Amino acid sequence: MPLRAKVASSVSRTAGALSRAAGRGDGSVIGGWIGLKIDPDLLAHLSAGRAIALVSGTNGKTTTTRLTTAAVGVLGRVATNSFGANMPTGHTSALARAGSTPYAVLEVDEHYLAQVLEATEPHVVALLNLSRDQLDRAKEVAMMAQLWRAALVRHPDIRVVANADDPMVVWAATPPADPARGIHPPHVTWFSAGQRWLDDSWVCPECGSTIQRSGEQWWCSGCPLRRPEPQWTVEDDGVTDPTGAWHKVTLQLPGKVNVGNAATALAVAAEFGVRPVDAVSRLGSVASVAGRYAQVQRDGRNIRLLLAKNPASWLEAFDMADEAPTLLSINARDPDGLDTSWLFDVDFAPLRGRQVLITGDRAYDLAVRLDVNDVPFQHVRSFDDAVRAVPPGRLEVIANYTAFQDIRAELDRVN
Amino acid sequence: MSTESLRIVWVYPDLLSTYGDRGNALILARRAQRRGMPVEVLEIRSDQRLPAAADIYLIGGGEDGPQALGAQRLLADGGLHRAVAQGSVVFGVCAGYQLLGTSFFAKGTKYAGLELLDLASDRGPTRAVGELAGEIDQRLGLPALSGFENHGGRTRLGPEVAPLARVTTGIGNDGVTEGAWRGKLLGTYSHGPALARNPALADLLLRWATGVHQLPPLDDTWSDRLRNERRAAVAAAARA
Repeated sequence: MPLRAKVASSVSRTAGALSRAAGRGDGSVIGGWIGLKIDPDLLAHLSAGRAIALVSGTNGKTTTTRLTTAAVGVLGRVATNSFGANMPTGHTSALARAGSTPYAVLEVDEHYLAQVLEATEPHVVALLNLSRDQLDRAKEVAMMAQLWRAALVRHPDIRVVANADDPMVVWAATPPADPARGIHPPHVTWFSAGQRWLDDSWVCPECGSTIQRSGEQWWCSGCPLRRPEPQWTVEDDGVTDPTGAWHKVTLQLPGKVNVGNAATALAVAAEFGVRPVDAVSRLGSVASVAGRYAQVQRDGRNIRLLLAKNPASWLEAFDMADEAPTLLSINARDPDGLDTSWLFDVDFAPLRGRQVLITGDRAYDLAVRLDVNDVPFQHVRSFDDAVRAVPPGRLEVIANYTAFQDIRAELDRVN
Repeated sequence: MSTESLRIVWVYPDLLSTYGDRGNALILARRAQRRGMPVEVLEIRSDQRLPAAADIYLIGGGEDGPQALGAQRLLADGGLHRAVAQGSVVFGVCAGYQLLGTSFFAKGTKYAGLELLDLASDRGPTRAVGELAGEIDQRLGLPALSGFENHGGRTRLGPEVAPLARVTTGIGNDGVTEGAWRGKLLGTYSHGPALARNPALADLLLRWATGVHQLPPLDDTWSDRLRNERRAAVAAAARA
């Protein structure tokens, strides 16, 4: 590593430690920010010599990164950005903090995938899904798929692990080959993890025709784009690998969506030569991910935290939550997106029959939504009021990003 | 109003439903049902014929490609023009508002609109993203418009339409006026579930559709609180 990179890396680690000691945060961004100021190529220098997997998509990337890290851990030490700091500053901090490791598994914000591909030259990239998320500042879904596709064209040597159930991902992962000019299609391993949210992929990104669906199959009515045959699939509470062997998956994380994330993790680890039979038991060691799914006892209540940031992830959260009193908290600060329109893309009907409480900066937006949805609710001013308003036992908390962080802070930054 | 029930058509949700557009159909249906009106909501996809005999047509927002495709299919179908000729109500939001005009831009190309409203849309110098508020045309007798906008267009109104509102916060058509209306056709840049924050506007569409001049009041506690909270937030942002 050049001297400048060594200095930058050391300063980055120190700043991260100071930030944590001062109680200012996880220290997962500030260190990388300072390091990149000193050496703009620091991320590339820190990546050199490591076998790297990148994990990107709208939803599930933090959890899938954690599960993949556990699976690749079979082979040796793995550096990872486990706090959800998923932009280049976060990657830089994570690699600097980890020191020298043979492997790294990095969660990447979908907007930064092209940039991080350039800097880290990964062995494999996992593409999970693309759906609407914070449209007041995020790229529209089709544009995002186009950016991914363009990035993969420039790196045909990178192996791709991609979701066969999402037409946008399939299209992004299969750029046209041009053997005459030496451009070959990337090597793609397909997984099927199911997809509950379909409303961002009714129009073919290739030709604009309607996407047809029947059961798990989908195909374009106007061009050859269709669901590829997946090599990794979820069956019951387990994962079937490309040889047809079925592996029971026992997770501490709730919901079918996490069995899908486990399938993805095993598929990515297999790209490094990890056998699923060796890795599958390690997945059960993951209990919570940066506070997501964490359970906390307070005043006789067992509080479980679920993060839901966009319509697709709200559908998954309702599937994971128990039939128990449920607190919903909504903010619309910068990291959340300033627009709450998406609330009307979510059908809250699964909550009927449960005691529902609402809070957060934008509780009134949620109130209007629930009223139209015929879901009775009670508005509370604070998290403490919510805890007092429910009987002893399970309290499910479903919140979007900064609302989740606020509640996590109330619970002493539970991980 | 058609004889048996109030028929609401949500036009092309496969193309024009970028962010919460379903909300407008849900809100209209609920407000009608709570007053004892039977309601039917039809979601008509772009590969289906558009029925011409419904009472209210809702056209939502969309990305450039789907907007252009939606306009082409509506022109080819002709159902919306027949419905308008028969006196149906049309509510267009964002991309769905632009395509009611004579022309709009998508992906750098000029497309023909439906020519149902005398207006034309262009690309603006910047994207308009944020809170949108304005004083609504007094003839409509509605409280202030409250919404959120997210669009790259600028819209010039012709003499055949009136602006829906005079902008107090945000951009709307051009920073001065916002939206447009003529007869029973109304369009706005207040995107997505615009009626969630503007229940009085929802009731205006219901009055137009039913011919009932006085609808029984509903409990609008939560939307009133939401409107007050948004008005306070906009005022606080203006002071900062």
